[in-house]
Amino acid sequence: MKALIGALGVAAGFLALSVAFAQPQKPEKVSTAPMAYDPAIYAELGKAPEKARNRPNPLQNDPDAVAAGAILFEQHCAECHGDVAEGTRKGPSLLVPEVQNAPPGAIFWLLTNGVVRKKMPVWSKLPEPQRWQLVRYIKSLGGPAAPAESPAPKP
Amino acid sequence: MSSICRFGVLGSFFLCLVLFSFPPATSAQENPYIVAYDHYLEEPGNLEIEYFSTFGTQRGGNDFHAFWVEFEYGATAWWTTEFYLDGQTTFGDSTLFTGYRWENRFRLLKQEHFINPVLYVEYEHTSGADKILKEVEGHDVESDYEEPNALLRKEHDQEMELKLLLSGTHKGWNFVENTIATKNLSNVPWEFGYALGASRPLALKASAKRCSFCRQNFIAGVEMYGGLGDRYSFGLNNTSHYLAPVVAWNLPSDWTLRLSAGFGLNDQSHRFLLRWGVSREVPGFGSMVSRFFGGRK
Repeated sequence: MKALIGALGVAAGFLALSVAFAQPQKPEKVSTAPMAYDPAIYAELGKAPEKARNRPNPLQNDPDAVAAGAILFEQHCAECHGDVAEGTRKGPSLLVPEVQNAPPGAIFWLLTNGVVRKKMPVWSKLPEPQRWQLVRYIKSLGGPAAPAESPAPKP
Repeated sequence: MSSICRFGVLGSFFLCLVLFSFPPATSAQENPYIVAYDHYLEEPGNLEIEYFSTFGTQRGGNDFHAFWVEFEYGATAWWTTEFYLDGQTTFGDSTLFTGYRWENRFRLLKQEHFINPVLYVEYEHTSGADKILKEVEGHDVESDYEEPNALLRKEHDQEMELKLLLSGTHKGWNFVENTIATKNLSNVPWEFGYALGASRPLALKASAKRCSFCRQNFIAGVEMYGGLGDRYSFGLNNTSHYLAPVVAWNLPSDWTLRLSAGFGLNDQSHRFLLRWGVSREVPGFGSMVSRFFGGRK
């Protein structure tokens, strides 16, 4: 019984510690509004190496890629970035020009590597084709064929 | 009804309440390993509640069913912390609570690489009757488990366990290698062990339709784990080893089911370990708790 009480005590401590750690250090005003627009947030996209930026989307001409990407987005991304990528207080909007005009390869690179110091998880656990499907969906939100998008590779 | 039974019933009720009371919002993409770890951590602020069972055959004693509950929380994108409660039933003997564990995993590199290291640190306080076999280390062998629970529960272990988790994903395949070093906090030498694994989704592209039985929802693989002796007798002599095909089914409704059939590879191993597990992710758990206590909304 002592072990059980000890276990429950440790569980409560563990929960309090990890929740406290996950919260911001400075108190903030109550807000459900999306994260304020800050160009610095999107600077991570610019850190993609040249080789990664130039990678074309192999699913550029796949007719199902956007629909599949929409389902993946809802499952994995909407919690932080909002149902239609409009942004929430946990994650920035993906509808802004910094994202919509970014090369598909840069978005793919960011998905693969995450920004772990800023709470964006690594998504390499999704297979490559699924990450490219997500890229297709994200790019589709900004309208047809953004100018920076690379052509599809020839088979 | 004994206090352990009451604990089991209340614990199960609480677990079911928690699991069913959160609306689905995300879909887990979990690898199928039960013993080996990959380098993927829990998403920040999410809580994953998991239940696992191990049925094991026992020569020279009674077969057993060991079980554990895990509460896995993503404190940050580079730190996941996890709390376990263990128990077991030995057939023809008794059911008992066997201890708890507190595990932490730290991602060491900011970006994704060919091989990604994660540091694993765990404190465990268990009795000698603990049979979940979450890891095999040192000279753990089948005969350690043949004594009756009344004797085994008298032994208490406090251990620190360190692991270096190496993992990489290439062309859909995930490969993992875990090196284990455990120190019993009493005067017992360091013990060592290993776990290896490989897995791949049955399909790499996602379907354009929502589906439960699509091939991309199934991840199949194999894991192998065993002991490597201790500081004074390092090696394979008097150690046990297992090979286990594993499969995970990631349901769109947030649930993940895992199944593993482990086969002992030598005479010191249990002949057969059947494991299964069910888990569910609770997104935004940290924010929910914070709101409950009047914090940020």
